[in-house]
Amino acid sequence: MNFVYYPGCSARGSSKDYELSTQAVCKALDINLVDIPDWNCCGSTPAHAVDTELSAALCVRNLDIAAQQEAELVLTPCPSCLSNLKLASKRMEDPAFRVRVDELLDGPSAKTFPPVTSVMQGIAENFDMEAIAARVRKSLKGLRLAAYYGCLMSRPAEIMNFGDPENPTLMESMLAACGAEMVDFPLKTACCGASFGIPERVMTARNTGRILDLATQLGVDAVIVACPLCQMNLDLRQPQASKEMGTSFNLPVLYFTQMMGIAFGLDHKDLGLGKLRVSADGLIRKLEELRRDSAAGSKAAEGGRS
Amino acid sequence: MRIGVFVCHCGSNIAGTVDCAKVAELARAYPDVVYADDPMYTCAEPGQAAIEAAIHEHKLDGVVVASCSPRMHEPTFRRTVERAGLNRYMLEMANIREHVSWIGRDMNANTNKAAELVLLAVEKLRNNRPLLAKSFDVNKRVLVIGGGVAGIQAALDCADGGVPVVLVERDATIGGKMAKLDKTFPTVDCSACILGPKMVDVAQHSNITLYAYSEVEDISGYVGNFTVKIRKRATYVDWSLCTGCGACTEKCPSKKTPDAFNELVSDTTAITIAFPQAIPKKAVINAAHCRQFVKGKCGVCAKICPTGAIKYDMEDEIITVEVGSIIAATGYDLMDWTIYQEYGGGAYPDVITSLQYERLLNASGPTSGHIVRPSDGKEPKSIVFVQCVGSRDKSIGRPYCSGFCCMYTAKQAILTKDHIPDSQSYVFYMDIRAAGKLYDEFTRRTVEEYGTEYIRGRVSQIYPDGQGQLVVMGVDTLMGQAIEVKADLVVLAVGIEASKGAPQLAEKLRISYDSYGFFMESHVKLKPVETNTAGVYLAGVCQGTKDIPASVAQGSAAAAKVLALFSKDKLESDPQIAQVDMRRCVNCGKCIQCCPFGAIKEVEVRGEGKAQVIETVCQGCGLCTATCPQGAIQLSHATDNQILAEVNALCQC
Repeated sequence: MNFVYYPGCSARGSSKDYELSTQAVCKALDINLVDIPDWNCCGSTPAHAVDTELSAALCVRNLDIAAQQEAELVLTPCPSCLSNLKLASKRMEDPAFRVRVDELLDGPSAKTFPPVTSVMQGIAENFDMEAIAARVRKSLKGLRLAAYYGCLMSRPAEIMNFGDPENPTLMESMLAACGAEMVDFPLKTACCGASFGIPERVMTARNTGRILDLATQLGVDAVIVACPLCQMNLDLRQPQASKEMGTSFNLPVLYFTQMMGIAFGLDHKDLGLGKLRVSADGLIRKLEELRRDSAAGSKAAEGGRS
Repeated sequence: MRIGVFVCHCGSNIAGTVDCAKVAELARAYPDVVYADDPMYTCAEPGQAAIEAAIHEHKLDGVVVASCSPRMHEPTFRRTVERAGLNRYMLEMANIREHVSWIGRDMNANTNKAAELVLLAVEKLRNNRPLLAKSFDVNKRVLVIGGGVAGIQAALDCADGGVPVVLVERDATIGGKMAKLDKTFPTVDCSACILGPKMVDVAQHSNITLYAYSEVEDISGYVGNFTVKIRKRATYVDWSLCTGCGACTEKCPSKKTPDAFNELVSDTTAITIAFPQAIPKKAVINAAHCRQFVKGKCGVCAKICPTGAIKYDMEDEIITVEVGSIIAATGYDLMDWTIYQEYGGGAYPDVITSLQYERLLNASGPTSGHIVRPSDGKEPKSIVFVQCVGSRDKSIGRPYCSGFCCMYTAKQAILTKDHIPDSQSYVFYMDIRAAGKLYDEFTRRTVEEYGTEYIRGRVSQIYPDGQGQLVVMGVDTLMGQAIEVKADLVVLAVGIEASKGAPQLAEKLRISYDSYGFFMESHVKLKPVETNTAGVYLAGVCQGTKDIPASVAQGSAAAAKVLALFSKDKLESDPQIAQVDMRRCVNCGKCIQCCPFGAIKEVEVRGEGKAQVIETVCQGCGLCTATCPQGAIQLSHATDNQILAEVNALCQC
């Protein structure tokens, strides 16, 4: 199964582990991700915060190449890229806007662009939960996880098409299919502070602190995310959040692809687990102990029968 | 024929974009028109006097008034021509305001269209015939649907006026929402203490017949002569024997029955009496939760009942009553607030509705008036009230204000402080709407004397902090900052919508309702109690949001309308009804099948079957005239000839 893929620039920098694990999980599911040739950055927050047309031009250039390749669907792992690509596509429906954007590009762009969706939705559209469960080699049974989508994945609802914008549940379904116990996490769509980590560090620390605090209160083993910036704020900036909240968090923050990769029994090196600031070693140890116990339990049961 | 045309300026309403003098001038050339004028205000006294004078002076036998919608002033001008000696149906109106001047700015085009509409009316009028109304008897008995405070007031006022009343209530007791409240604003007097006596009056009044636990099944007929079928739902208790002693409710083993009267904050028994002051104070079995019905054996209540009133084999009963008028007072329900996932969507037990909070405050409620958290039974110290949950929210398609939430929230904040002196209440609000008598003083008191923190802004999210409290995140728009409040209990002021089943009842009553299910009054300002169906009136929140004083006032107003209607012994029927030309009728029966009112019957005339219209039942809708293959049924005042004359005139313009 081939999909046209837009990695986004963080995939090649700050979120290499997301990229590695996305590729690994997709490969395990026989999904082949083919990069848009010569793709460029979507402009991210700086572009759309300053100039909507410039932001759209950056996105449309990628969509245009995908359209020339007659892509039926474009997948991207990053919610910010996804939001920018989708909004640009939507705004291009306005002829006046299209004229202004086309002026910024080398030539007139394609009349229609292929739809864009997240890697998460792309997997879910092609594999139902039973198919995902069938691919599991190391069940996550016994792990208690919180799914955290961040503010962008489900909003704006009419553009992102991700279920109830206040209570999306797709990630829970996928990880539950891998055996994990998913807690009801009320802050799943709260903002982590996003790019304000640079100009307003305290605010971001307060936002991430609130999320990490609730996750800790709920006794989860890890917070599972789907956004490079969320991951960075929750993981890399965890000491800042600890300081702001007057506590000491030690909560692994993994991409959903990393967690699925673990469940699929993939090599941890291929999942980039070493890139995490808060180590997932404890989580892995716990999982191995759980599997050992359950194996021993089932052996004992076998012994009992014979 | 001698026709007079009056083209009204309506001040500048019409004359602003229509050359009325020119329309009058053009009209003088229309067939049979012998007089035309363009008065400033035709409906004003001088305007009407001018029409009367012209009828006499120019010996007119038909009048066209080109002005506003006939819905407003057709009755006015019919009376005008009648005073001058003409038959009232020798009047036609051309609507050149709503259909012309208010919808277009092009003076030339408007003037042309106005002139064409006048021609249409003239051609119709040339085919008009005088019609005479017949009179019929009025059944001086009224049906009141809904036993909340509005329905109770309407029933009592009608009954005191000497009119027999049939009061139908869906629940097992009358009292409606007001019976569930603890105290009422702005006087903080006990709701049950002021409503209770009225409920008892209903039970004791010799002119009132109460059918509780009953619903209106079907309505037919017309003003003065409605026939109403009422479904008396099976209570499984013979109310003629039940004394309301409550022995059955004490012994009933099915104690996990959801308590609807207590807004589901507690459980009750499968056989219940809603509350101590219930009228009628009779027991009802909830069959969905009764062990006898679910498991097929139990019979505890039947054994314990000292009067042998329990009847497990009881069935619904349909009764028929004849009335002359109907008052709808069906009230409201709360909207389904669980669509707000950001407030937990109903998953957090300590996020409750304000009506549930009333039950917690109420001395006869499930906690005997002690405020406790549903989750752990602990007394809350920090209480957050959230206003406008489902009101004034376009994002969920509810732009309207529920009207009374600002006030009851202020009251609940005061009562909270009275119950728990060391508590702190917070109110997130959009605007404080306290426009009633003594209302603003009341909300000021909440802030100034009771120390309630009012925070102007919306709540973005409510979630449990994992340590037993709820975090309420919102914004303080006056301070321009995000705000977080830790709460032990959150009370949502949930918006209201029309009572469940209101649209279906409206269809039975043949009245209009808006997109939220609220019944439409006949005129927003001038006919707030009437509907567009003669003899059907509205009281209370079924017509739109209202607090208790306004509901009571409208209940009395509806009763006044009924008493005025019943002051006449006979009513005039509308002669604009269908009539059968016996010579043309081939008795195919199509008209009988299509009539929605059952107003056509088959009769035998000289050995042949023929259709006949029951004049008092026919509503003049015209379905039969369009259906009749022979053109044998004609609608008086809208005959084929009259309609074709209009079409002809229009096509030749």
